[in-house]
Parts: sequence; structure tokens; C-alpha cells
Amino acid sequence: MKSEKTIENLSVPPYQPENYLNAEYGVKSWLLTTDHKRIGLLYMVSITLMFILGGFFAMLIRLELLTPQGDLVSADTYNKLFTMHGVIMIFFFLIPSIPAVLGNFLVPLMIGAKDLAFPKLNLLSWYIYLAGASFTLWALVSGGVDTGWTFYTPFSTTASNTEVIKTAIGIIIMGFSSILTGLNFIVTIHKLRCPGMAWFRLPLFIWAIYATSLIQVLATPVLTLALALVGIERAFGIGIFDPALGGDPILFQHLFWFYSHPAVYIMILPGMGVVTELICAFSRQRIVGYTGVAIATLAIAFFGFLVWGHHMFVAGEAVYAAMAFSFLSFAVAVPSAVKVFYWTATLYRGAISFDAPLLFAIGFIGLFTVGGLTGLFLAALGLDVHVHDTYFVVAHFHYIMVGGSMLAYFGGLHYWFPKITGKMYPEGWARLAALTIFGGFNLTFFPQFILGYLGMPRRYYSYPENFQALNVLSTAGASILAAGLLMPFIYFLWSWRYGKTAGANPWNAKGLEWTTNSPPPKENFLVTPVVTEEAYNYETDDEQLELFDEEDE
Amino acid sequence: MPNIQFRDLAQQQETAEFGMWIFLATELLLFGGLFTSYTAFRYYFPQVFAEASHGLNAVIGTINTAILIVSSLFIALAVYAVKNGQRKKLLFTLSAAIVLGTAFMVLKGYEYYNHYLHHEFPGLSFDYSVANAHTKQIYFFLYFAMTGLHAIHLTIGIFLVAFILFRAYHREFSPSYYSPVENVGLYWHFVDIVWIFLYPLLYLIDIHH
Amino acid sequence: MIFIFTNLLYFLPPLFPEAASTEAGGVDSLFYFMLAVCGSVAALIFILLAFFAVRYRRKEGNLVAKSYKMPKWVEITWMVVPFFIFLGMFYWGASLYFSVLRPPDKALEINVIAKQWMWKFQHEGGQREINELHVPVNQPIKITVASQDVIHSFFVPAFRLHFDVVPGRYRTTWFQPTKIGEYQLECSQYCGTNHSQMRGTIIVMSQGDYENWLKLGADNSIASKGQNLFRQTGCNACHTGDSAARAPMLENIYGQTVNLENGENVKVDDNYIRESILNPQAKIVAGYKPIMPTFQGQFDEDQLLELVAYIKSLSAGREQIPPNFSPDAPQPSPVGDAIKKSEESNE
Repeated sequence: MKSEKTIENLSVPPYQPENYLNAEYGVKSWLLTTDHKRIGLLYMVSITLMFILGGFFAMLIRLELLTPQGDLVSADTYNKLFTMHGVIMIFFFLIPSIPAVLGNFLVPLMIGAKDLAFPKLNLLSWYIYLAGASFTLWALVSGGVDTGWTFYTPFSTTASNTEVIKTAIGIIIMGFSSILTGLNFIVTIHKLRCPGMAWFRLPLFIWAIYATSLIQVLATPVLTLALALVGIERAFGIGIFDPALGGDPILFQHLFWFYSHPAVYIMILPGMGVVTELICAFSRQRIVGYTGVAIATLAIAFFGFLVWGHHMFVAGEAVYAAMAFSFLSFAVAVPSAVKVFYWTATLYRGAISFDAPLLFAIGFIGLFTVGGLTGLFLAALGLDVHVHDTYFVVAHFHYIMVGGSMLAYFGGLHYWFPKITGKMYPEGWARLAALTIFGGFNLTFFPQFILGYLGMPRRYYSYPENFQALNVLSTAGASILAAGLLMPFIYFLWSWRYGKTAGANPWNAKGLEWTTNSPPPKENFLVTPVVTEEAYNYETDDEQLELFDEEDE
Repeated sequence: MPNIQFRDLAQQQETAEFGMWIFLATELLLFGGLFTSYTAFRYYFPQVFAEASHGLNAVIGTINTAILIVSSLFIALAVYAVKNGQRKKLLFTLSAAIVLGTAFMVLKGYEYYNHYLHHEFPGLSFDYSVANAHTKQIYFFLYFAMTGLHAIHLTIGIFLVAFILFRAYHREFSPSYYSPVENVGLYWHFVDIVWIFLYPLLYLIDIHH
Repeated sequence: MIFIFTNLLYFLPPLFPEAASTEAGGVDSLFYFMLAVCGSVAALIFILLAFFAVRYRRKEGNLVAKSYKMPKWVEITWMVVPFFIFLGMFYWGASLYFSVLRPPDKALEINVIAKQWMWKFQHEGGQREINELHVPVNQPIKITVASQDVIHSFFVPAFRLHFDVVPGRYRTTWFQPTKIGEYQLECSQYCGTNHSQMRGTIIVMSQGDYENWLKLGADNSIASKGQNLFRQTGCNACHTGDSAARAPMLENIYGQTVNLENGENVKVDDNYIRESILNPQAKIVAGYKPIMPTFQGQFDEDQLLELVAYIKSLSAGREQIPPNFSPDAPQPSPVGDAIKKSEESNE
């Protein structure tokens, strides 16, 4: 906010060395770019549009639930609204959010590479994403879909008469984009690290992206197959999932959750990576237990593949299978809990500066803790029998996905905004936005835990009257949340144009991305960097800083 | 010259090959979903599956298996040839693989056509008057889905090998640059291995009867 | 957040649902236990976060972090201790789950048929209800659920019971109401347009009231309806009860294990009987030819359950027909008629 004083900044445009933004101009230079940084920005624009659309649907859902009767929209419209909200937010916003935007921008920068291993493939994956999104939007305008984002059979194959096939094709196409992005990251992280960048010197964000990419590559094809089978069954009447024709509806749930549970980790692991970076940068402290966090990241990805059955505790899986899945679900909570402990311990004896990114990060830890702990309630078999498919579940996964992933995404956007644009965002507004989002979020989703335990099932268009008070609170919270989310859109756009120019390293942070210019040149680094120290090595710098301090005194 | 993001050509080749392995991991899981469905339904309906498998032509299946194994041998020889700079041998082995791959597809097409004639083609022509028609339909659907997905992969493989052959004809490869040959080879072997699993699961369930 | 929470307590309806079954107490105890444990962990983390944030904020005199090394024992502790706590929660949860899925031996049996968007119930005595279920208090009630179309879920919050109704198979669970009253039944698995309207009421009555209610609505028992259906469909042409017949004897078969043609064994339960009607050639009993035609599409779920009830009644140790009420002389039954009427209008 101090920038107003330097009026000369406004009249004379500061000298900007050539960077990836001004190296080339014109629409073609963007649409045909193979520069990972530009592709990251292309993703950012497209997922932002999808996010606004998904958020709009969410607001309509909350407005409808303001009253117990169905009065705003019809029941069918409501069913389409929550389906499209889920499909868009999960497949077209959260899954590509941190990996495709921040990952694309940062992975080569953080490991000291000039680009990803397969730049053309990277551009292709953005076009595939666009194709998938267009297909889904086409399904939306030609009538929408009402199966829920879970596409449970036999409802999706026999009962629903909406655009199931089109939506499924849209998601299948998006899946290829997700696979190609993951493949690109895995290969890049393996093969393109700069000299001296050993595995255990990688920033933990890279570990998180690596684990995420493994899940994307290994789990997504199963979703492709499951949705393809739904489409074929609808089109040709083959009864793979239809019990009337000899099929098994539960088989679909197995195939679907084999992807969709790990998909939760596709959404949360990158968020954890971002938060690790933010905590270290703003407490000026090396992460406590680097190896522990790295291994916990991989452990979450691994165990994440073995817990899909906890979505079927009351759907009729074998009792002993349910026990195994319950046990493994508790097991996956251990590395998640351990990460929270490491983050908290990293603040201890730090030198903490409350810039907006850190507010988002601390918000993340709080909300992720609540989301993770309520996950335990759902993993406990006997308790899940009561809260399964209620608003308790809705609240739980919003705490993880919105409170977790989305807050981390916004925190990351703020933290790397100077690197991406070369400008600073307005700090005061950003702090206000962080607090508004945090408050609005809790008001929206905390009442839903209570609603769930009281017994309000999810996907209810109208509900018994005694649930109204809590629903009103939730809707009120949603409007605050929406206002909080609008702020960054406005001030980011504003400061991209008018913001104070940022130096190469405005946070005085460690990490290779901060050693190059802001915005970085097209090849990222003018000289290939050589790494000689561990990640987050704040001590060496700060020891020198301390010496200066003492001299001053 | 290597692309800008690589140190040297060797790193670029290594990277490309590693990318292909990761891609094959994805493919494995794609087929894995179908294998899982197959396992589930065979467990539910062992008798119907055994009976329905008699509708397949095990002789053609066996010939096709042999064809694919030999084609894989040629592909392996092609990689060996390009590493040693033997251009003629490379051109011959690649052509042989294309011919064998095409032969496989022709035989497969003949099988599909026969299923169509015998009303064993779910979605297009299926006889619902037989006993357990719906369960039988699931068997044949899985048969078409699995062999069909495999056939799509093999067709792509044939085009890829043809493209490699074209580039080899124009002397684009040398003992120091041959990663496209090696990558297409990896892909071909993968498609071959999938068939090695499909063949006993679909054709040989009940062969002793 | 805590402020909002405590304020809510004053003007809201109860924050916890009524507990009206034997299972509810167990589920609630586990819930309170987990709430206490998880709540303390969350509180500890929030307090530490807040404390560190204030104590170690960057200011004059604390411009640089004082780095430290976490002792190994601390790291090991925070991995091992949560693991054992989780193990305890897992064990508790699993034991509750077992009791939910294992009905006691002596239980009142009720069939539940779910369809878009209503609940239908069949009592042993043949009484039928729609969206209303009358049950006696303090008696275990075993429900067998079946779905006519898509997946539904039988959810009674007051009983802490939640059970998916999957088409194509029978599943059983049980509950034992402990309080007289009316409780909400909800469908909690999304099932289409009127999913949220697919609600019903479970009416828990005293033993005496229940007996009276049963008399009002009595019709034929389900098993005798099944017997009629068995004759009408001509099942008895082959299943003659003669060991030399073309089809296996159905007497005393329920609960037994039979040998199949392919050498495997199968236990005769509700699901096997159902499969043998709809898809007879999937599992053929050893010594018989696969000649039975499929009855897929000929019976709806109500009729299937009646046939299953009849075949079950042929086995020793179970209540035998004939029923108390003769099918030839139906007694006037105002409630039964009303139900039939409402059923017709609903369908």
C-alpha cells in the first residue's frame, strides 16, 4: 500500500528485461506456445472460467436450500445443478487447479529445467482439456445431466434420461489431458533436474506433484473405462451394470471409486505441497523433517489406492472387505496427520511474517485438520452406517477439497503472483480476502456436519422443516464465501496492470524459482543453475543477516 | 541437435523412452479395468462363460497368437538392426511386422464377421432366444470390448511401424539416434503381451470339453 | 466458529437426533468418543498454531528463525500414538458394524421393496403398507430389502441405521426400536427426480397396539400368496416334490448346501432362490438338466419375495402354512382396502 508515494513509477514504465510475457505478442503466440509458463496461464484462464460456472451452480443450490420446500427451481433442475456443480468443480477445476496451473508454471523452474520434457504434449493436453470442457458444456446446454457426479448405475444407465453419454465423453476426454500432464511431470522430474538437484534436495512441492502425477497416470484410465462402459450400456442396452440383464451395479462403484478416491489425493496432495512451501518461506525456517514429509507424501499416494471400498460400507460389500478398507482408511490418516504435525512444528521458533499467503496456509492447516479428523468418523464402520450419504459427508469433503485444495491454490497464487506477473498484489486486500474466505467457508460448511448427524441426506431438493435453521446459516455463509472469492479475481487483474513492480525475490525466499527474474525469461534461466544446498536452507542466509544486524547495533 | 530443454541427445532419448514406459503403465491400468470386470463376471457365471467360449474359433485364436509372437520377434530384431546400423535388415523386419500385424487384423475381422452372422455381436446382432442370453451377451460384450480395444491398439501400432519404416527408408535413424524405433517397439511388445493374456482367458476357458 | 456454535445451541432444535433403537446408543457413544479425541487433537493444533503465530512472529529481536532439529523420539511418537488410537477407533467401529449386519435368531421379518419413489412393506401375515411401517417396540425386526429399479437407501436417523437397497439382490439388516413414536424414514441414495420426496414414517407401537393393528390389516400371509403364485405359474408341474421329478425338490431345502453340476457347492439362501427363478441356468443342481426357462421380467419384486417366502416355508423348523386366514374367505379389512387403494393410485 506504500506504492502511492512513488509517483514516478506511474509515469515512466519501468525497464523490463525480456521475459516470457513480452518475448512474443499476439494470439497465435499464445495459442501455439510450448512454453510451460504460458501453458500454465492458459490453464489458469480456462479453469477460472469453469470455477465461476461451478460456483454459480453452487450459489443456486444454496439458494434453493434456503427453504424446506422446493420453490426456486424444479426438482429436476436442482438435480442437474448439483450434478454439474460436482462435475465441473471436480473434473474441470480442482483436478487441474494446482497441478496444471502452478505445477506447469513451477515444476521446471523449481528443478532448474528449461521446460517440461514434452512441451508439445503439454500444449496438446491443454487443448484436450478444452475439448473435454466444451463437450461437457455442450451436454450442459443441450439439457444437462442429473446422475450426480458419481454416475451410479443402474440409475445412470437405465433410469436417467438426460445427457449422460455426452457428459461421460467430456470427462473421458478431460481424463486424457490429466494423464498427459501427469506423465509429463513424472518424466520431467526424473530426467530434467539440474546439476546438484538430488531427489532429497527437491522442494516438497515437487514431491507432492510427483506423487499426484503417479495417481493421475495410474488411476485415470480406470475412470475412462468405467464411464465408457456406462455410455456403451446406455447406447446398446448391454447389461454390464444392470441387474435385470445379469449385470452388477456394485462393480461400477468399484471401478468408479478406484479412480475417484485417489482423485481426492490428486486434489489435496498438491495443496499440501504448496502449503509446505508457504510455511517454510514465511517462517524462514527449514521444514522440520524433510524426509518425513516426502515419505508421507508418497505413502498417502500409495495407501490412497487401497481405500476405495470405504465408499461402499453400506452398499453391500463383504464384511471382511469392509473391515480391510476401514483399517486402510485409518492407516492413510497417519501420514496425513503427521504432515499437520510437521507444519505446526515448523512454525515453532520461526520468524513468522503474516503475509496473505501464510494466512491462506494457516487456514489450510486448520480446515484440513477438521476435514481430515471428520474423515476418521467416516472410516469407522459402525459410525459410517449412520452418517453415510448425509450432509456430514458433504461437509467433510468440502473441508478437504474447498478448505484444503482451494485455499492452498489461492495461497499459492498469491505467493507466486510476483513471479508469474512481475507485479505485487495489494497486501491489505489479500489479507481481507483470506479472512473472509476462511470465515465464510466455516459458516457455510460447519452447520452441515450437524445437519448430517441429524440425518439430512445429501442431494435433497426439499427437506424436513426442522433442518431449516442450519440450512439458512449455511446459505448465509455461502454468500460471504462468494464475496471473499470474488476479491482476488478483481485485485489480481488490477495489480497485473497497475501493481507495484516486484523484484526477482520479493519474499526473500529460497528455491530456484526465486533466483531468476520476475517474470522469468523464456528459457527460465539465463545460466543453468547448479544446486549446492538442501531445500529451504534459510539458516545460512539468515546467519549472515544476523551478523549484519549485530553490526548495526 | 537436442531440443532446448535437454543437455544432449542421449538425455533426450532416455527421456523419450522413460515417457513411453509411463504411458504403458497407463495403458496397463486401462486394460486392467476390463480384466477386473471379466474376472468378476466369470466368477458370477462360470458355466455360462465356459459354454459361451465355445462360440469362439480357437483355431484362429491360436494362429493369431503365433502371428503376434513372431511379429514381436521381428520388432525385437528391428531394434537390434537399427542399433547396429543394418538398414536393409531394419527395413525388412519392420515390413514383416506390418504384414503380420495386418494378417492378425484380417483374421480378427473374419472372426468378428462370423460372430455377426451367428448373432453373437451385442448391440448389432444378438440372438436373445437362447438360454442365458443376457449373461451370454455379457461374455460376448467383454470379448468384443477386450479384443476390440486390443485391435485398436494394434491398428495404431501398425501405423506407427509404417511411419517408422517410412523414416527408416529416408535414413533418419542411426546407431546414435534410434529412440523412435525403440519406443514403437516397446509399444508393440505391450500390445502383444495383452493378447497373450486375452487368448487363454477368452478362448481356452473350456477347451478340454 | 466456537462463538457461532455455542450461540446456535440456544435457538436451534436439538443438535443431535433422537435415539430410538438398541444400536443408537452404541453409535452415539463411538461418536462422542471420537468427537472428544478428535476435538482435543484439533484444539491442540489450533492452540499451538495460534501460540506459535503470536510468540514467534517476525519483529525486532526475532528477525530470523532459530532453527532446531526435531528429536527422533518426537517424530516416532506422533506416528505411533495416532496409529494406536486409530486402531482402537477401527476396532470399535468394526464391532458395531458386525452387530448391525447380524440379525438375532428370533426376529420379526419384514420385507422392504423400494421403487422410484416410494417404500413398500410386506409383513409376514400379508399386511402391506406404503411409506408407513408399523412395528412393535422392543422386538428385533429383521428387514429384507429389495429394489424394483435403481439403488435406494433405507435410512432411519433415529435408529442410526443406513442400508443401501441394491436392485438384483436381497440384503438383510435389523433394528430393535426402544421407544414408542414416529420416526422419519428417508431415502439417502440419490435415485432421481423425487429422491427427496422418497420419505416415509416408521411407527413404533406397543406390543398390544401392534397386535391389534395386525388384525386390522391381515390378508393372506406372504407365503400363501407365494403358494398361489407357485401354482398359477405352473411351477408345480416340474417341482412336484417327488425325488424322481424333472426338477429338484424344494422341501427342506432352505439353509442347506447343495452340490452343483460344475462340482461347486452353494448354500440355499434368499439370493440363491431369487437367482434360480430369474436366471435358472446360472447354477444348476447336480443331476438335473438345464431345462427351466427364465422368469426374468415375469415377476415384480413383491411377487418374487412372496415366492421366496413360500419356498422358505417348505423347510422344517419354519412356520408352516396353511395360514390363519383362508384365502377363500377373505375377512373385511378396511385398512387393507385403503392401502390397496392408495397403492393403486400411487402406481
